[in-house]
Amino acid sequence: MATLLLEDGTILKGKNFGAEGTKIGEIVFNTSMNGYQETVSDPSYANQIITMTYPEIGNYGLNEEDFESKKPECLGFVVKNYCKNESHYQSTKKLGEYFKENGVIAIEGIDTRTLTRKIRDMGTMKCLITSENLKEHELSENFAKIAMYKFNPDVVKTVTAKENYKYNNEGEINIALLDYGCKSGIMKNLAIRGCNVSVFKADTKAEEILNGGFDCVFLSNGPGDPSDCHDEIETIKNLIGKISIFAICLGYQLLGIVLGAKTYKLKYGHRGGNHPVINLETNKIIITSQNHGYAIDEKTLTGLMSATYKNLNDGTLEGFKSERLKIYAVQFHPEAAAGPTDASIIFDEWVEIMKKEKANAKN
Amino acid sequence: MPKIKNIKKVLVIGSGPIVIGQAAEFDYAGVQACLALKEEGIEVVLINSNPATIMTDTHIADRVYIEPLNAETIERIIEKERPHGIIVTLGGQTALNLGVELDKKGVFEKYNVKVLGTNIESIKKGEDRQLFKDLMQEINEPIPESMTASSLEEAQIFADKIGFPIIIRPAFTLGGTGGGIATNQQEYEEIVAMGLSQSTANQVLVEKSIAGYKEIEYEVIRDANDTVITVCNMENIDPIGIHTGDSFVVAPSQTLTNNEVQMLRTSAIKIVRALGIEGGCNVQMALDTKSKQYYIIEVNPRVSRSSALASKATGYPIAKIATKIAIGYNLHEIKNAVTGKTVAAFEPSLDYVVVKIPKWPFDKFATGDRMLGTKMKATGEVMALGRTFENSFKKAITSLEDKHTGLLHYKFEEYDDETLIQECSIQDDRRMFRVAEALKRGVDVNKLHEITKIDVWFISKIKDIVDLSTSLEKEELTEELYKKAKEFGFLDSEILSATGLKQEDLDKFNYECSFKTVDTCAGEFEAATPYFYSTYGEKCEIEEIKKDNKKENIVVLGSGPIRIGQGIEFDYCSVHCAWAIKDMGLESVMINSNPETLSTDFNIATRLYFEPMNIENVMNVIKKENPKGVMVQFGGQTAINLAPKLEEHGVKILGTSLQSINAVENRKEFEKLLSDLKIPQPKGRGVKSSKEALETTKELGYPVLVRPSYVIGGRGMQVVYNDDELLTYINEAFKFSDEHPVLIDQYLEGLECELDAISDGRDILIPAICEHIERAGVHSGDSMSIYPSRNISRKLQNDMVKYAKKIARAVKIQGLMNIQFIIKDEKVYVIEVNPRASRTVPIFSKVTGIPMVKIATEIALGKSLRSCGYGVGLYPATKLVCVKMPIFSFQKLNRIDPALAPEMKSTGEVLGIDYSYKNALLKAFIMGGYKFGGHKQRALISLNDHYKEPALKIAKKAFALGYFFMATWGTHKFLEKNGVPSKMIEKFMIDKLQKRMKNGRLSFVLNTPTTGKDSQKSGFQIRTIAEMYSIPCFTSIDTANAFLKAVKTYDKGAKLNCDVVSNYRKKKFLGIF
Repeated sequence: MATLLLEDGTILKGKNFGAEGTKIGEIVFNTSMNGYQETVSDPSYANQIITMTYPEIGNYGLNEEDFESKKPECLGFVVKNYCKNESHYQSTKKLGEYFKENGVIAIEGIDTRTLTRKIRDMGTMKCLITSENLKEHELSENFAKIAMYKFNPDVVKTVTAKENYKYNNEGEINIALLDYGCKSGIMKNLAIRGCNVSVFKADTKAEEILNGGFDCVFLSNGPGDPSDCHDEIETIKNLIGKISIFAICLGYQLLGIVLGAKTYKLKYGHRGGNHPVINLETNKIIITSQNHGYAIDEKTLTGLMSATYKNLNDGTLEGFKSERLKIYAVQFHPEAAAGPTDASIIFDEWVEIMKKEKANAKN
Repeated sequence: MPKIKNIKKVLVIGSGPIVIGQAAEFDYAGVQACLALKEEGIEVVLINSNPATIMTDTHIADRVYIEPLNAETIERIIEKERPHGIIVTLGGQTALNLGVELDKKGVFEKYNVKVLGTNIESIKKGEDRQLFKDLMQEINEPIPESMTASSLEEAQIFADKIGFPIIIRPAFTLGGTGGGIATNQQEYEEIVAMGLSQSTANQVLVEKSIAGYKEIEYEVIRDANDTVITVCNMENIDPIGIHTGDSFVVAPSQTLTNNEVQMLRTSAIKIVRALGIEGGCNVQMALDTKSKQYYIIEVNPRVSRSSALASKATGYPIAKIATKIAIGYNLHEIKNAVTGKTVAAFEPSLDYVVVKIPKWPFDKFATGDRMLGTKMKATGEVMALGRTFENSFKKAITSLEDKHTGLLHYKFEEYDDETLIQECSIQDDRRMFRVAEALKRGVDVNKLHEITKIDVWFISKIKDIVDLSTSLEKEELTEELYKKAKEFGFLDSEILSATGLKQEDLDKFNYECSFKTVDTCAGEFEAATPYFYSTYGEKCEIEEIKKDNKKENIVVLGSGPIRIGQGIEFDYCSVHCAWAIKDMGLESVMINSNPETLSTDFNIATRLYFEPMNIENVMNVIKKENPKGVMVQFGGQTAINLAPKLEEHGVKILGTSLQSINAVENRKEFEKLLSDLKIPQPKGRGVKSSKEALETTKELGYPVLVRPSYVIGGRGMQVVYNDDELLTYINEAFKFSDEHPVLIDQYLEGLECELDAISDGRDILIPAICEHIERAGVHSGDSMSIYPSRNISRKLQNDMVKYAKKIARAVKIQGLMNIQFIIKDEKVYVIEVNPRASRTVPIFSKVTGIPMVKIATEIALGKSLRSCGYGVGLYPATKLVCVKMPIFSFQKLNRIDPALAPEMKSTGEVLGIDYSYKNALLKAFIMGGYKFGGHKQRALISLNDHYKEPALKIAKKAFALGYFFMATWGTHKFLEKNGVPSKMIEKFMIDKLQKRMKNGRLSFVLNTPTTGKDSQKSGFQIRTIAEMYSIPCFTSIDTANAFLKAVKTYDKGAKLNCDVVSNYRKKKFLGIF
C-alpha cells in the first residue's frame, strides 16, 4: 500500500506501481484522456504530483517517439487503474518501469475523481506521496513535513539544459531558445518549419544571445511561479526591443511581467487537452492543450501589450502581442503533446513573421 | 445577433418507422431538435410516419403531421405551412434522402425554404461515393483504393495493382448478396464472376480490404464560424469488417497513442471543414495496427446512431447543439447546459469508460443467419459507464438482459478446445463469448488476438474478468476478492452461484455501491448534471446532490435495449411517466440502459441512472434514492419482470399491484378469474410435460396455440395442427421458459380486436377499441389494425367494455391495461390481459388526444380516474380513421421467414390517418413502402389447402383489378376449376421466379405457408427472395385483401388528405356511436 497525504488532511491509500520513496510537491490534475507519455515527460510538471482524471492509464505503454524530454520531472503520478498488459506496436516499455527507473512514485487504485473535485474546490495543494503504507502514528509527523515544505523558487534551473546545444541546422531562420524546461515538441515544430534552434541554458545573459547573430528569441515553457524567476526576467528585460521575441507558457508569463503586467496563481490551473480559446482579432476558436498554474491578469496589461487570445471557459488571458516591440506570446501550447494540434497554426503564423522580418532586415 | 433573421417557422423531417439501422436514436435527436427550436420561439412543423415516437406529440412540435414520408407529401406540407426553413439532418438517412430529392425537384427554391444547417451540396459530397472520393483526393485524405469493374479482366487489373485481400461488392443488388472477401486469385475469380452475374448492372465494386484494421469514429461538430470540435472518439473493439452498429464499442479510444488520436482527429476536422458541414457529422476511420497508415471509411453528414451514443457517453447533446447551429448560433455563443458557465465550444473530457454492446434478435430468430458483416443486424444496443473497462464491460453484458448474466454463460460444451479456438474466428453475435470461454480454458491471449484481430488490450481485460470468475469458483471468498469482484461489475447472484455461498455471507462485507456524475468535464468544473452511473469503493456523489432536497421521488423503470417485441413505444411511456411525475411536483428517477432513447436524456427525468435493468443494479439505485415507490407498468416486460423481485426487497410497486399482475399473467389464476367473472375464453391449459400436452390437445382438438408464459413479444408462440408439430414446438418452448408452464389454447380463427384502458380499480376509461385486419393467429404487433373498429357490432363492443370493466375492478387495475379479444360466431372471447402499457399506447394517445400515460401515472399516485377530466367508459370516436401497419426489417436479416405468425417479427410501425377507412388504408400501405400506379404485372399465388377456398374471392378481386396470375400446381388447379385463369409454375422453378422478381416483373406474391420451419421449402424460398427484391409478399389472405382494396382506392384516383393530427381529431363523428 502506498500513501498520498494532502495539505488539508486528506489521506488516500493505493498501490504503488512506480519507484520506492517519499516526495513532497504540489498536487495537480490533468484532464487529457490520452497522452500520459507526453504528460509525464513534460518538464513543466517539475515539483508536481500529477493525477490523471482519465481512469485507465498505461494502455499503450511508452514508445521512443513521444517523449517530451529525456526524463520525467514530476515527482509522483496518481491514477485510478494502471494497465499492466499494455498493447501497442510501438511500445518498448511499461509506464511503471519508466517510473521505477526515474524515481517517480506512482499510485493506482485512487478515487481520482474525488481527488480532482477536492483540488477543484480547495485549489492545488501541497501533497506527500510515498510508496510506504503510512501507519496511523506516522501521519502527524508527515503532515508536519508537508506544512514545512517550501517550493524551490529556482525550479527552472533544475530543469533547464545542462549545456547549450543546437537542434537542427538545415533551416533558414536562426532562433535562440531560452530553455526553461522546454518540451521537445516546440523544437520539433520550429525545425519542421525551417528553423534552426540554438538552445540556451536559462541563466544565459542577454549579450550572449544578442551577439549570436540570431533572427529572434524564443522563450520556452517551464515550471514554477514566474515571479520567482528573477534572473530570467533580468535577461528578458535586456532583450526587449532589440530582437523579436516569441514565447509560450512560462516564457509568456515572464514576458508579461517584464512588460509591466502582473501574474497570479490560478486556483487549480489549466491542465488538459480540451481548452477552447478565442482569437480576439479573428473571432476564431481553437481547442488547445494547456498546462499552467499561473496566469497574466488581463486587467494589468500595459499600453505596450494587446490581448490576442482568451480562454472561453473562464475568460482568462491566453495570449498577447506587441507589434511595436515585435513580441508574440501565448499561454497555451501550440506544440500540443499531449492534446489537439489545432494551435499549430500559431507556429505557422510566427515562422511567417520571422521570415518576413528576416527579409525586411536584409533589405 | 446570432439567430438567422426571418426564421420563424421550421419544418423538421423525422426518420419514419423503426427498422434495423434506423431506430429510436432519431426520436431522441428529433425531440432535442424540436425543443431547441421552440426554446428560440420558433414554430415547429414536424412530419414523421412513425406514431410510436415522442417527437410526434403535440407538445414537442407545434404542428404534427403523421403522414407519408415522401417528397409529394412534404411538398404539400410546405405549400400549406410555408415554413421559412427546413432541417433534414436529424431524421437519419430517410430525411437526408428526402432533402436531396426535394432540392432536386426545386421545391425549396419554389417555396423559398432555407435548408438549415449543413446544406444540400455538402450532404451530396458526403453521400455520393464518387463526389466523396474526389473530395478526399483533393484534400489528400486516404480512402481505400477501389474501382468499378464490368468484367473479370478489368477486375484483374485492380487485383494486380493492389494485391489481396480484396472486397468484392456487386453493384445494384439488394441485401448485399453475392459479395465477399477474396484472399487469393482463385477466390477472387469466383466471387467476381458470381458478383457480375448477380448485379443488375453487371458491375462489381472491388476495394482494397482493410479488414483487421482498428475502427475508430469521431463525432464532429462545426459551426458557420468554422469552429470545429470533436465531441468524442470511439473505438470499435471488433476491428474493421463488422458494421459499427454490430460492433462492441468503447469510448474514448483505449489503445491509441496521443499521436494517433490527434492524427485522426485532425483528419476528421479537415474533412468536416472540406465538406462545409454546419452541424453534426460522423467520420469513420480505419487505422493500421502496425503503422500510422489510416483510411477514411465514410462520413455521415448528419446526426446518427453514433452521435446519440456519443451524446449519452459524454453528456454533450449533439442534436440540440446541431439545431442551434442550424438556426445561426455559433458554438461559443451557446451555453454549456451542464456547467451553466462554460460554452458549447469545448471537447468533453470523460473520467469513466463507456462500453456499448449491440442487442441482436437471434434469440427470437433461431433460424436466422448470425454472421455479422457490413450489413447491420442489431435491433438495439446497451451502454454502460464505469470507472474501469472491466466494470463497464461487465455491466454492459448484464444490460443485454439475456436469460443468464455473465460472460461465460454459453458453455460451448459441444466444442472441444481446438474447435472453440477455430470458431473464435467466426464473426457472429457470440464471438466475444467464445473468446471468453477460450480464455477460461486457458487459451493464450496472443493466440486469440491472432485469430480475432481484437486488440490484445481488450482480450487481456476480458481475461482479467474471466480469471476473476475462476478465482471466485476456486478460492475462498475473502473480503478483498469480493470487493474486487464488485469493482469488476460482478453481480451478487453471479458470485453466489460461483461460490455456493448465501446472500448473508456477502452482506457481511457491507460493500456499498456508490454513484458518480457524468459532467462532460472530468470534475474540472462544478456541474449539476443529474446523470449517474455506479461504481464501487469510491465516494458517492448522490448524497451531496440530494442534500437540500426534501421532495419525494418516484423511480421509473425503463425498458432496456430495443428488441423485437419491446420497442420505442415503451420509451414513449417511460418518458411520459417521468414527465407526469414532475408535473405533479414530485421528482422522477429514471433507470435505463439504452443509449438510443429519449428516456436516457438527462433532461427528461429529475435524475437519470444509466444502469443495467437487473434487480441488483436497480436495487442499488433504490437504496440511494429511497423512493416513494416504483413504476413498473411503463417499461414493457423488462420492468414487469422486475416487479416480484422488487416486492421481495420490500419496495412499493406503484399502480397495479404485483398480486394483480400475477392474477392476469399467471395462467391458472387468470383462467379462474375469467370463469369467475363469466367471461368467455378459449379453452386451454398450462402444461409442464409433453405427456400433459398430448392429453390436453386430445381434449381441446386441433388446431391449438402453444406458448410459454411470461414472455416478450410472443416468443416461442405457434399454431400447431397435429401431434408431431405439437411435440416439436413444445420442446422448443421449454427451452425459453423452464420455470413457467407452457400454455396450450384452443385456436379460434376469428376477428381479433384489442382495447387499451385506464382504470383506477373502480372506473374505467377506454380510449379506443381497434380491430385487426388479419384474422387471429398473427401476433398483434405484426397485424394491421384499424381504429375506430368497423366490423364490431354495438352489442359486442358493449360486451368488451363490460368485460374490461369487470376485469379492471376484479384485479384492481391502477393504471394502464390492454385486453385482446377474439370474436367468433358473434361471441367475444378474452384471450389476453396485459396489466401494463401496451404497444398501442402512443398511437391511441395521439389519435384520441387522451394523455394515457399521464392519467395512468396520476392514478398510480393516488388520483381517481374521474378527477382526471377525461370521463369514463368508451371514449367517443371522431371522424379520424387510422390504420396501423407493421414494418419489418427482413432485408437486413438473412434466412428469416417473413411469414406472419403468432411470434412477433416486426421492428416498427407506421400509421395512416385520414377521414375514411379506404384513404387511411391506402396511406398506410404507401407509408409502408408499397408502390402504387404503374403497370400491373403478374402476381404469384401459392396457397395451402386451408386457405384455397377463402382466397378465391380475393383472386377474383385481383383479377378484376387487372392482375394476371402465376400459380403453383395445386393453386393453379384450384383457380382453374373456379374459373380464374393462371399460368402454372413449378415450385422448383425458383431461378426463373427470382429473375422475374429481380427485373420487377412480379407485382406481388400471395403465399400462405405450409407448416414447418424447413428452410428448404420452396414457399420459404419464394418469400425470402420476394423480400430481398422488395416485392410485396402477403402470407395472410387478409393482408392481401386489404392491399387490393388500397389498389382499388388508388386506381380510382383517391384524394388523400394531408393535415395535422389534431385537425383530423376535431371533426366529431355524427354517426350512431
